[in-house]
Amino acid sequence: MIAWIAFWNILTKDVKNYYLKPPNISWGIIFPLSWMLMQFIRTPSTLDIDVRSLLPGLMAMSILFGTTSMLAVTITFERRGRSFDRLLLAPISMTTLVLAKISGAVLFGAIIAFSPVLFAAFMTDLSGINWVAAIAGVLLTAVTSTLLGLAIAVSSKEVFEAQTYSNFFRFPMLFLSGLFFPIDRLPVFLRPVSYCLPLTYGADMLNRAINGTGFMNAWIDSLILIGFAVLLFYYCQWNIKRKWILKKNIGTPDCKIGGLC
Amino acid sequence: MLIGLSRPSGGTISIDGIDGIKDIKKAQGIMGIVADESNLYDEMNGFDNLCFCASLYGMRKEEREKRANVLLEQFGLKNAGGRPFRAYSKGMKRKLTIAAGIIHNPKILFLDEPTTGIDVESARQIRSLILDMKQQGTTVFLTTHYIEEAERICDRIAFIVNGKIVKTGTLDELMENAGQEHIIRLTLNNGAKAIENELQRDFPGLRIEVKDENTCFIISPVKVALSPVLQYLDGRGISVFEAKEIRPTLEDVFVKVTGIEADKLQKEKEGGKK
Repeated sequence: MIAWIAFWNILTKDVKNYYLKPPNISWGIIFPLSWMLMQFIRTPSTLDIDVRSLLPGLMAMSILFGTTSMLAVTITFERRGRSFDRLLLAPISMTTLVLAKISGAVLFGAIIAFSPVLFAAFMTDLSGINWVAAIAGVLLTAVTSTLLGLAIAVSSKEVFEAQTYSNFFRFPMLFLSGLFFPIDRLPVFLRPVSYCLPLTYGADMLNRAINGTGFMNAWIDSLILIGFAVLLFYYCQWNIKRKWILKKNIGTPDCKIGGLC
Repeated sequence: MLIGLSRPSGGTISIDGIDGIKDIKKAQGIMGIVADESNLYDEMNGFDNLCFCASLYGMRKEEREKRANVLLEQFGLKNAGGRPFRAYSKGMKRKLTIAAGIIHNPKILFLDEPTTGIDVESARQIRSLILDMKQQGTTVFLTTHYIEEAERICDRIAFIVNGKIVKTGTLDELMENAGQEHIIRLTLNNGAKAIENELQRDFPGLRIEVKDENTCFIISPVKVALSPVLQYLDGRGISVFEAKEIRPTLEDVFVKVTGIEADKLQKEKEGGKK
């Protein structure tokens, strides 16, 4: 019960406090929306198939930027103000803490993911989409992207640093994950890199759900995404403990002269 | 290490019977921790900050709201409860941070420099609150650079130099063990200088120092039994108006124990933090 109360309150606190922070608005909302509008406007509205074919890539991109930006904000703001220590010192497990911190970003990423769908609904016919598979794809992509964002944020001290490190991964992923053109159009030597990126499988799941195309079975995509999520989840826990819970030798100078306890 | 933010490389930690290494999360449930910086959430108001901190300890909504209101009242922040934390003064931030540390009624409270850098009035209030908590049965671990603060409110004191405890004990024990002399100042009606040598001769265990005709000091390595001295003076027609023990300060003891000079200590204090 303690874990559930803490989980829920950390989640709602993050949602209330950080959704509308400027770094999140610029990278998590404005950037994906601008990219989306640019793609929609340049696409002739008569060619329905083009708008639909853009949707999976735009959704995956929105998730990637939305989730990683949210984590960059929630973690680094709290690290800088040392309020994250408060969470580390609470009687809740690291698993609960990580789940609570990523849930807000997953939710945010999922909401942002459906903004291109909303715009596309005015431009093209969206019938025939497998919504269950699309929602599953959105959620799994959001979870892996959020954990990737957490892994980056844990290693950053400032919000701008986290956003810069995130861009180091995000921009190459836009081109390497098959969001806007198929992976088989990439040079052969880059394709193995594409298959190492979780977003490739998220975009593939969305492609299959929305356009019925995709290079892999949706179940296999799901399993690979779950695998990435588990790996990243444990990596993040390990990294938080390693970076933020210091190992000290007994007797290490820690308190200079004049210290009284 | 005790609160779980550093891992020990050896030894054991037992907190109220709980293994502080293997079961640190359980131990954290009975601890309140107040860092040296006011680390609450700038975006939230005082009331919400307290409620959020309570939720981390599994307190239900009604319970945490009730407790938050009680603490805001107790810490004199009732009117500021709805204001964002970032709009608080430094003293108010400190008080709210301490309130957040005790929101779940911890058995053990860790306070890291609670009065550093805040105004005198807030510092007094915080000291008074610490004493109240102590009286209510909370074990308080207080870290401070203000030696007089430790002297005033702590039952047991440890001097830490370069991360190591160099001396620990109650105030009296530290004073005794430091080998400080016992000094009694006597205020007389007159004639102190005239009997100085006589007094020194008849009380060879004591050292007598006369300051002026009305003041003399009795100095001894052990506690002084005063009545023989008073009777002796009375027998010679000298009245004693006041006898006062001149105690060395804890700072004197600290300087003696650690060998750290007073001016260096002062610089350290002014520097504030470790």
